[in-house]
Amino acid sequence: MISYELIGISVLWLFLYGYLIVASIDFGSGFFAFYARLTKQDHLINRLISRYLSPVWEITNVFLVFFFVGIVGFFPDTAYYYGSALLVPGSIAIILLAIRGSFYAFENYGSKDNIVYLFLYGASGLLIPASLSVALTLSEGGFIIANGESVNLDYMALFTSPLSWMIVILAIVSVLFISGTFLAFYASRAEDAPALRLMRKFALFWSTPTIIAALTAFIYLSQHNERHYQNMMDLWWLLALSVSFFMLAMWLLYKGRRYGLAFISVMLQFFCAFFAYGIGHYPYILDPYISIQSGATHESMGVALVAAFIGGLCLLIPSIILVFKLFLFNVDYVKGKK
Amino acid sequence: MAVDTVLWSKWLTGLTLAFHAIFATVGVGVPLMIAIAEFIGIRKKDPHYTLMAKRWTRGFVISVAVGVVTGTAIALQLSLVWPNFMQLAGNVIALPLFMEVFAFFFEAIFLGIYMYTWDRFRNPYIHWLLTIPIVAGASMSAFFITTVNGFMNQPEGFTFENGHFTAVNPLQAMFNAATASKVFHVLSSAYLTGAALLAGIAAFTMLRKGVSAYYTKALKLMMVVVLLFGLLNTLAGDVSAKFLAEHQPEKLAAAEWHFETESGADLIFLGWLNAEQQIVGAIQIPKALSFLAFGDFNAEVTGLEEFPLDERPPLLVHYLFDFMAGIGFVILGVALLYFLFLFWKKRNELNKWMLRAIALTAPLAFLGVEMGWLYAEIGRQPWIVRGYMRVEEAATSSPSVRILFFVFLLLYVVLGMMCAIILRRLFRNKPADEELEKLMKEKRLHAIEMGESV
Repeated sequence: MISYELIGISVLWLFLYGYLIVASIDFGSGFFAFYARLTKQDHLINRLISRYLSPVWEITNVFLVFFFVGIVGFFPDTAYYYGSALLVPGSIAIILLAIRGSFYAFENYGSKDNIVYLFLYGASGLLIPASLSVALTLSEGGFIIANGESVNLDYMALFTSPLSWMIVILAIVSVLFISGTFLAFYASRAEDAPALRLMRKFALFWSTPTIIAALTAFIYLSQHNERHYQNMMDLWWLLALSVSFFMLAMWLLYKGRRYGLAFISVMLQFFCAFFAYGIGHYPYILDPYISIQSGATHESMGVALVAAFIGGLCLLIPSIILVFKLFLFNVDYVKGKK
Repeated sequence: MAVDTVLWSKWLTGLTLAFHAIFATVGVGVPLMIAIAEFIGIRKKDPHYTLMAKRWTRGFVISVAVGVVTGTAIALQLSLVWPNFMQLAGNVIALPLFMEVFAFFFEAIFLGIYMYTWDRFRNPYIHWLLTIPIVAGASMSAFFITTVNGFMNQPEGFTFENGHFTAVNPLQAMFNAATASKVFHVLSSAYLTGAALLAGIAAFTMLRKGVSAYYTKALKLMMVVVLLFGLLNTLAGDVSAKFLAEHQPEKLAAAEWHFETESGADLIFLGWLNAEQQIVGAIQIPKALSFLAFGDFNAEVTGLEEFPLDERPPLLVHYLFDFMAGIGFVILGVALLYFLFLFWKKRNELNKWMLRAIALTAPLAFLGVEMGWLYAEIGRQPWIVRGYMRVEEAATSSPSVRILFFVFLLLYVVLGMMCAIILRRLFRNKPADEELEKLMKEKRLHAIEMGESV
């Protein structure tokens, strides 16, 4: 019998992974839509992007809310430490999310073709992953300092740390890479050749920075948190798998075939890397203040949350499958016939 | 300095909640109206009602967008601004918070499907069925969040040891004593407000552009709903007052400026307090407070004097309570008058003054909701979890909240203005009648095509 706190953190990590993928697609799309408009290529891809994004935009946001409501529920101490330390960066993230969410709706349902909305939409798509990735940096320890009654964030240490900047860069380039691969796949399903050419170019372009940023961040991690680095090295096979999936995706994209498989490879690449990172982090949620065991909520609440989660999934999974059938994998819809 | 931070924390949270409450109320109330309109449209085969459902949905998604982002903001701010509260209470209230996200997720998915599948099903009832998960999801969200608020007023389902909650029973915490009356009041007022909003828009449009069949039908349909939920909401308010009298007497006593415990207590409406804390210029209804509190004109109502000075809510809540209740009765009165005119043939229910009154009920309803929430929150002071944690113990220690208050104020002003501009632009150049004609033409063309292919 696995303990409920382990189930809890695994489920939450899975959700964060889910957010990483869907939000990357969403954030990257916003950026590409803006970039395409700027370079007058928007007739090629923007219809494709809005066709995919329109039915799913609120769903993306919910993944994130799920994660942090869940983590505060399972590990209430996180509210105290992260909540106290992250007041300012967290508020900035809220504002960016607010701008993005509402301006997307305004642009999409309200006034068409407003470049300012599109700029806000595209720019926030890159700033949000950058600001959210700060939480990952903080979890490595050394930036949040608790002394007695108060918890503070050491901004000086954070802004001068190469690790934190590398994680920010990694977040941004990953977003563009994941999104580019997905849109290439979506364009190929829609049999939209010009859009496919453009998106394939974007995907290939952002692949190399992604892998370089990942390796650099890994090296900086070894200097910042030796324990985490060692734990990850023990999971070398997961990292190797991740790199192999990356190679597979690159090869498929380069050859220009099986775009669906290429996107799945990218998803698996990030899955392996993300879980190697997460498992290596164990047992700490915030090094060294909160560990999975010390920070967990009462057993009765943990069990109730797991039960609610299973019940919720029974409702959600069929609904999400319905969305996918109606929009994502409905060839007529993707092509714009419906 | 610390007091200052607590104050700004309250203001920041109050600001976010006050702004969110507008969109949350629309989010809970309007889906039911869309479902009703679409259903009647299919039953009566009347395209007017179908068009109502379509147009309302179009406006609704804009407000959902703002509701989503402000909801995300408040969910995060709970931890950011009140870290000690979440650390303590998170152990007990995580379950409904978690399930609220599920309920919203469910609603969001089906709203997405609903919007993009108007013409994809041959049987129109299948499309209508999609409104059920939307209405249910929205109402369940309201239910779960309200249980959390109920818990803050009536904490249950744990034992308190050395400053921590132990032996937690999440379900008991969710179904605390306050839950039933609160959920009833929140849902009935949200449906009432949703209907009042749409009735108000119909009345306002007819005032400006003259009477038309589409708006007459919309107005009549929504006024039925206003009347129904106006009555239910009055009942819910009564249930809530009786709940307070029994379980949280200081909150009712503060709202009624009821200082001394007495039987046969008078109900005090409006008025003010002079320097000696005596009530001046109020309308006093003899023994009505006893009746409101216990359904018995001679019952004993607990006064504020029985509570220590530092555990009494601010006396300002009297006005919040009176305006909330007053607005509820005004809306009910307008609805009754409308139906009186409707059935009494001598009178025109669409006369200018009637329409003006109905148009006014829309902002009034929202004001009532805001007053009600302010009363619910300020009336709980000084507690954040009644009897266990004070507000000042719960707040963040970071002085940045003061600046953040102004940053968020700016954000909400911009969002609110943008939302209004977009909604105006969305409907200004698309009058309902024009849209209806276009719709009918398309249908005819479609029918001809179908006929030819057969």
